[in-house]
Amino acid sequence: MMDDTEVLLEKKEMRFMLLFSRQGKLRLQKWYTATAERDKKKMVRELMQVVLARKPKMCSFLEWRDLKIVYKRYASLYFCCAVEEQDNELITLEVIHRFVELLDKYFGSVCELDIIFNFEKAYFILDEFLMGGEIQDTSKKSVLKAIEQADLLQEEDESPRSVLEEMGLA
Amino acid sequence: MPAPIRLRELIRTIRTARTQAEEREMIQKECAAIRSSFREEDNTYRCRNVAKLLYMHMLGYPAHFGQLECLKLIASQKFTDKRIGYLGAMLLLDERQDVHLLMTNCIKNDLNHSTQYVQGLSLCTLGCMGSSEMCRDLAGEVEKLLKTSNSYLRKKAALCAVHVIRKVPELMEMFLPATKNLLSEKNHGEILHTSVVLLTEMCERSPDMLSHFRKLVPQLVRILKNLIMSGYSPEHDVSGISDPFLQVRILRLLRILGKGDDDSSEAMNDILAQVATNTETSKNVGNAILYETVLTIMDIKSESGLRVLAINILGRFLLNNDKNIRYVALTSLLKTVQTDHNAVQRHRSTIVDCLKDLDVSIKRRAMELSFALVNGNNIRGMMKELLYFLDSCDPDFKADCASGIFLAAEKYAPSKRWHIDTVMRVLTTAGSYVRDDSVPNLIQLITNSVEMHAYTVQRLYKALLDDISQQPLVQVASWCIGEYGDLLVSGQCEEEEPIQVDALEDEVLDVLEGLLVSNLSTPVTRAYSLTAIMKLSTRFSSVNRIKKVVSIYGSSIDVELQQRAVEYNALFKKYDHMSPNIAVITIHATNSTEADMTEFVFQAAVPKTFQLQLLSPSSNVVPALNQGSVTQVIRVLNPQKQQLRMRIKLTYTHKGSPVQDLAEVNNFPPQSWQ
Repeated sequence: MMDDTEVLLEKKEMRFMLLFSRQGKLRLQKWYTATAERDKKKMVRELMQVVLARKPKMCSFLEWRDLKIVYKRYASLYFCCAVEEQDNELITLEVIHRFVELLDKYFGSVCELDIIFNFEKAYFILDEFLMGGEIQDTSKKSVLKAIEQADLLQEEDESPRSVLEEMGLA
Repeated sequence: MPAPIRLRELIRTIRTARTQAEEREMIQKECAAIRSSFREEDNTYRCRNVAKLLYMHMLGYPAHFGQLECLKLIASQKFTDKRIGYLGAMLLLDERQDVHLLMTNCIKNDLNHSTQYVQGLSLCTLGCMGSSEMCRDLAGEVEKLLKTSNSYLRKKAALCAVHVIRKVPELMEMFLPATKNLLSEKNHGEILHTSVVLLTEMCERSPDMLSHFRKLVPQLVRILKNLIMSGYSPEHDVSGISDPFLQVRILRLLRILGKGDDDSSEAMNDILAQVATNTETSKNVGNAILYETVLTIMDIKSESGLRVLAINILGRFLLNNDKNIRYVALTSLLKTVQTDHNAVQRHRSTIVDCLKDLDVSIKRRAMELSFALVNGNNIRGMMKELLYFLDSCDPDFKADCASGIFLAAEKYAPSKRWHIDTVMRVLTTAGSYVRDDSVPNLIQLITNSVEMHAYTVQRLYKALLDDISQQPLVQVASWCIGEYGDLLVSGQCEEEEPIQVDALEDEVLDVLEGLLVSNLSTPVTRAYSLTAIMKLSTRFSSVNRIKKVVSIYGSSIDVELQQRAVEYNALFKKYDHMSPNIAVITIHATNSTEADMTEFVFQAAVPKTFQLQLLSPSSNVVPALNQGSVTQVIRVLNPQKQQLRMRIKLTYTHKGSPVQDLAEVNNFPPQSWQ
């Protein structure tokens, strides 16, 4: 059970990242701080409402509860990060953009349907790019290579070759 | 048992549902199938089933029955199973559930796995959601990986260590040896970013660590310099800028190391100037670096030239087309306005322009910054802008803006008249948004502005005639009328251009009684109004009318009003024989000679049974040749209704010589004292 002191110490720069559609459908949620399921649902619902109500001419930052929200819309998807007060919002925009680029490179001109049907892959990419809300590797190539290799490992699992196959006898 | 349907097929099926009910039905059916599959301990399809469960969880359906299955997947030997298992654990489990501790052993094994991608999975999971207990158990493994030569693992271990330190700060010490060569050139550049993040975390948490790592400043400066000078690196570049993420993190670490330390600050001075002047500003990424640079310059002990450079960057940001850039500029300027006030003042007009921005966040910051920049020199101009802003801004802002205006006016008002006018303007334009505590504060202000009483009460009365819906305005006005009603009906005013207000006693009482019955008035307002009416019984002659009103409210449903009315009635009965008469006398002094009468002072004395109050004169210069007059109000209390007599004394300076004149006035009309 988390007590108050634990909450204080668990200050993270990025608290969570959400992806959702213009119709308010959640496509991805990554939480970097321990939060109760009920609270997560409430926060997601509230935040989606707030962000979807924003007009196009407004800036990409808004204050919500005790957090700063950095969001950007790419086609039909909103990418939304909640960061601590003292962060550099402009670089957070670049973090979001880098994630989109990674998705784009991986899926080849990514669109919302890719994220819907391959949500687990979107998570794998995110988890290779960020850990605890921080960038693991600033090289695009490096991140994509790691995903590629991991995908290969997965493929080897899925089509194990029998000994006979290996020998070319089956 | 047929094979469970594939993930993508389930997704496709669910998306065909036309209603929420249909979707729920599909989900329930699939969940039932998944549950029985779990019960059968099916290893082959566990992965597929958990993946489907995760999809349904994202749609908002409960998936807690899959938690243990995630743990089984993590324990599996297959990479696919582990991948989904760890993902499931991160989505479905958290440290609030004891079951998460069951992961610890698996993670420990996987941290030592022969395949780096498995190690990566476990590091990631631990680094995202590891509880304090797990972190305590596994810190040693993480520390080992921090020292490995495998840069893929080392960078992940660094971020995992960051999480461990956040959860269990006492463990920070154990990571210190491993940090020894993190920034060394021998390492691959790959681990630089996460190394800087780890070092930053340690420095932020411990002053000892901070002192220890200060020696890294030259190294960091060198790395940053190389980044800026280096050629094109397509992997790390963004819009032609070398590894902006790393640049920003280094700048941030420099900020922490340089803060409060002269030597470190000096060592980074040049590189900061270099980044500030050479960074390309056409795209967001360049501005992100500039922004971080500005934050660093402002926090460390930078030389004044560098600080001015930083503020000027922010000034340029304010003019940028990109509103995101304007937003961060305003935020930063707000932080520095106290310490670098003069530098920020130079950008005042741009900041004031931002009050007209369409974006709510920008407007709010511009408003806060504007208030911070108000001073004795710019008060008139600034107040014009802020009052205009108050008129047109969102209701959310009005309360704060009104409060800010009152504060600024109190500090820097160039004249009492200006102050009262400003207060009036706020009350009439944003009267319903003004905070409740403003009412007593304003009453205090008005009370203290003795020479403005007539002017104030007349303006407030006029405002009431127009609009009685804004409660704070109505309350202040009621109080003033109650207090200065005599000045109101006398029509006399200290100001040169008197306000055209013809207020007869009955009309004034009509207005106050109107407040008592209006639906727009709150109970508090009614109380103010009743008290004001009561007070006028000592200032007006229509005492009978007032008595009647007060007695009616003796049976009011509003308990507060009822109580007041009853007490006032009692006062009337008790002091009826004492009901005092107040005569209000206005003197007009004119001067037909050729020279002005300066230092003009009028004094008066009355017999002992009277009480005299002399209000401030309109001026102390009586202009020559009847070009103007000095007016002054005298109030005489005559409780014993005796004949009014007065001794007066005039003193003034005329053509350089002092003059004194004494006289007795005995011919007051009988009405003034009967």
